[in-house]
Amino acid sequence: MRNLSFPRLRAFGSAPAGFADAVIDSRMDSNRGARRPRAFTQSTNLTKWLGCLQFLMLLALTAGVSLAQSIPPDIAKKLDDLDKATKSAQMAGDNAWMLTSSALVLMMTGPGLALFYGGLVRKKNVLGTMMHSFILMATVSIIWAVIGYSLAFGEGNAFFGDLRYLFLRGVGGDPNADYGATIPHQTYMIYQLMFAIITPALISGAFAERMKFSAMLLFMTLWSFVVYFPMAHMVWGKGGLLNAALGGQYPAFDFAGGTVVHITSGVSALVCALYLGKRNDYPGESMRPHSVVLSVIGACLLWVGWFGFNAGSAVAAGSLASSAFIATHFATAAAVLGWMTIEWMMVGKPSVLGAISGAVAGLVAITPASGFVKPMPAILIGLAAGVVCYLMVSKVKKMFGYDDALDAFGVHGVGGTLGALLTGVFATKEVNDLRMGKPMGWVDGYAGQMTNQVIAVLISIVLAVVGTLIILKICDVVLGVRVSKDQETEGLDLSMHGEEGYNLES
Amino acid sequence: MRKIEAIIQPHKLEDAKEALKNIGVDGMTITEVRGHGRQKGHTEVYRGMEYKVDLLPKVKLEMVVTDQRADEVIRTLAGAARTGKIGDGKIFVYAVADAVRIRNDDRGEAAL
Repeated sequence: MRNLSFPRLRAFGSAPAGFADAVIDSRMDSNRGARRPRAFTQSTNLTKWLGCLQFLMLLALTAGVSLAQSIPPDIAKKLDDLDKATKSAQMAGDNAWMLTSSALVLMMTGPGLALFYGGLVRKKNVLGTMMHSFILMATVSIIWAVIGYSLAFGEGNAFFGDLRYLFLRGVGGDPNADYGATIPHQTYMIYQLMFAIITPALISGAFAERMKFSAMLLFMTLWSFVVYFPMAHMVWGKGGLLNAALGGQYPAFDFAGGTVVHITSGVSALVCALYLGKRNDYPGESMRPHSVVLSVIGACLLWVGWFGFNAGSAVAAGSLASSAFIATHFATAAAVLGWMTIEWMMVGKPSVLGAISGAVAGLVAITPASGFVKPMPAILIGLAAGVVCYLMVSKVKKMFGYDDALDAFGVHGVGGTLGALLTGVFATKEVNDLRMGKPMGWVDGYAGQMTNQVIAVLISIVLAVVGTLIILKICDVVLGVRVSKDQETEGLDLSMHGEEGYNLES
Repeated sequence: MRKIEAIIQPHKLEDAKEALKNIGVDGMTITEVRGHGRQKGHTEVYRGMEYKVDLLPKVKLEMVVTDQRADEVIRTLAGAARTGKIGDGKIFVYAVADAVRIRNDDRGEAAL
């Protein structure tokens, strides 16, 4: 009985100690688990079933060996069946949520980001800009299937994954206990792919309206290898340098990608803007967004999709997902009001573009914190992001004069950094008990976590700057990164794609 | 014959059309145009970037009427399109050499 049942039950907790906790305190167990790593989140129902199982088992154990030996085989079989049924119910629930989340995160890129960015450019560039996002949905997917997932999530060393999942070998229906014990490994893989797609797409906001399409494709491909896969491995891969749940040397808290997604893309965006130079006529001639309407639709899709991004990062459908969902929503709402208020005070009118930009800033900033903070700190993080990102894009950018066309750096680079640091301030064990009962963040009583957060931020920034510079240089030598002056005047839609976005007379 | 070309505020188009219909003018061509006179446009602010927008949307009405009717049409148009504020637009009047109805080759005032 003991030998038969213990290993099976332990599959539900990650360690013997965890197993005991799981049964005694369902709330604690459902709160455990950082992002992706393992995260075994249990519903109350499941715990009741487990409680039954353990009760039966304790009966057997306390009654002594003789009783254990005399357990009739039909009872043993019933326990066994119960065990399997519980496991499969858990998997069905978690898998449903994670597949939904995967679809939501893909929706953030297309049409979310495509519309958000597409509306902000002049109408002669609307298709080219939307294509930047859309084509990555295809390009990165193929790279991911062939080698990307393996480089990011194979065990490897502290910086890179290995080739164990090359061509998705070994990525099947069975869970990978390290990344998500209750969902098929395939689900985890496809969920992660959606992050690898949107991250480079975010960069495209910086070089909008002037980058050659071929160079953009080469740049994004190389960037995935040089910046994204290593960064994702360091923060979320097993054994990664910064992994907080799977044995990292500097455990940094990054629930859904403040460093991996937003700092890397935002900082790379700034490097691109500086390297490519300003658009012709910037800032003189009218560079007004051609349709804030499209951008509003895009921003709303981003807001909704972001629930998959952040709450899905619990890798289970438990209470941690709810907590991340709620933190995400409140932070975003606060950021909208923060941006609108400061703009209203400084410019005199509350713009719609300002309100939706505030939403994105808030979503970015809460991303690393979403699975670690309570609702009130989430509101503070959102407010801070709204105000800081506003000052960044409207004042600091003007001061330095660089042409980050759609403010990928001002919103994602700055918002991501702010969020990563504030995660270290507000993370609490009441939301996510990753350090097994010890305080999590500064306010929680562990100021030392700030060091890890700063290290993670710095590594992201350095990797993004160095990697992006080298890649841009390569692309420039091989293809030339910038379109000709004539092509730029004509617009990317016609000069790169041979189409126009609006043929209203036809 | 006189060609009357009026550039007016887009939101006064319906009033102008209605007034012209009431005095029996039943043909006109309308174009959406952009421009400015003494009204110097406005400023738009997008994420802190200020853009001076000096070409504003207007509507251009064109019609050709007989010499006798021209004055009445001009007064009606001006009255209907007026708000009294800067930016109300202008009316220009030209002499027309001839007119042709393409359907049946009517010429001159018969073609109007």
